[in-house]
Amino acid sequence: MPLDQSFVGRAYPPTAPYQVGREKIREFATAIGATDPAHHDPEAARALGHPDVVAPPTFAIVLTMAANRQMIEDPELGIDYSRVVHGDQRFAYTRPVVAGDELVCVNAIEDVTSRGGHEFVTTRTEVHTTVGEPVVTAWMKLVVRGEA
Amino acid sequence: MELPTQTFRVTRADLIRYAGASGDFNPIHWSDRFATKVGLPGVIAHGMFTMALVGRAVTAWAGSPDAVVDFGVRFTRPVVVPDDDAGTEIVVTAVVREVTEAGLTRLDVTATCLGEKVLSQARATVRTAG
Repeated sequence: MPLDQSFVGRAYPPTAPYQVGREKIREFATAIGATDPAHHDPEAARALGHPDVVAPPTFAIVLTMAANRQMIEDPELGIDYSRVVHGDQRFAYTRPVVAGDELVCVNAIEDVTSRGGHEFVTTRTEVHTTVGEPVVTAWMKLVVRGEA
Repeated sequence: MELPTQTFRVTRADLIRYAGASGDFNPIHWSDRFATKVGLPGVIAHGMFTMALVGRAVTAWAGSPDAVVDFGVRFTRPVVVPDDDAGTEIVVTAVVREVTEAGLTRLDVTATCLGEKVLSQARATVRTAG
């Protein structure tokens, strides 16, 4: 059954705050081989003007992918996750994520389209601190493969 | 202007480590049995792992780990990672598309594996050092 186009523009309630830990940033940076000292050493990060270690540019996916479950598991939208492929990903940063941030995600469905038997859902996640400072906006396009 | 090519080796161990660090435990990234059952040639890298490696290339070119202001990709082809010590290799190149007066540099990035493009519309905007 095709996804309901009327979901375009639907907004979801803010997620519970995510506490960005120094060790989580180090773990993520190590996993991707990012050895710049600013990802590991708070002093090196402070030298660049940040309060604590700086996350690599794709770190925000840890929060936003978890937050996107709100939409993926929305029974009214009805996405069959077993047929979902990650199509596109984009991040637009106001500033880098740093250790100590307490971040909230606000999800919205930006676009729902259908083409060639597949469906495409674009989600937008605004990530801001618990005091409302914007940090990064993430867009994710999910491809729901048609049942051939 | 073309930027210096950067090459990243990717093994199964890297995918396991990335799964743990990112929280993405989809079995297509660690189980051949599962990956082949859903029609893939074998275990594939997380798209977000490939994007993270491209992010490393971009920050290296920019000369600063906090320089990225905008970064987007489209995942067009899976990166198959064989279960051996050599794994596979992702090659990342870029050209400078634009340098703005506001001190931003826009890059068009290409990432290939075994000679085939694995991303399209891969673009990054970085604050230019200085």
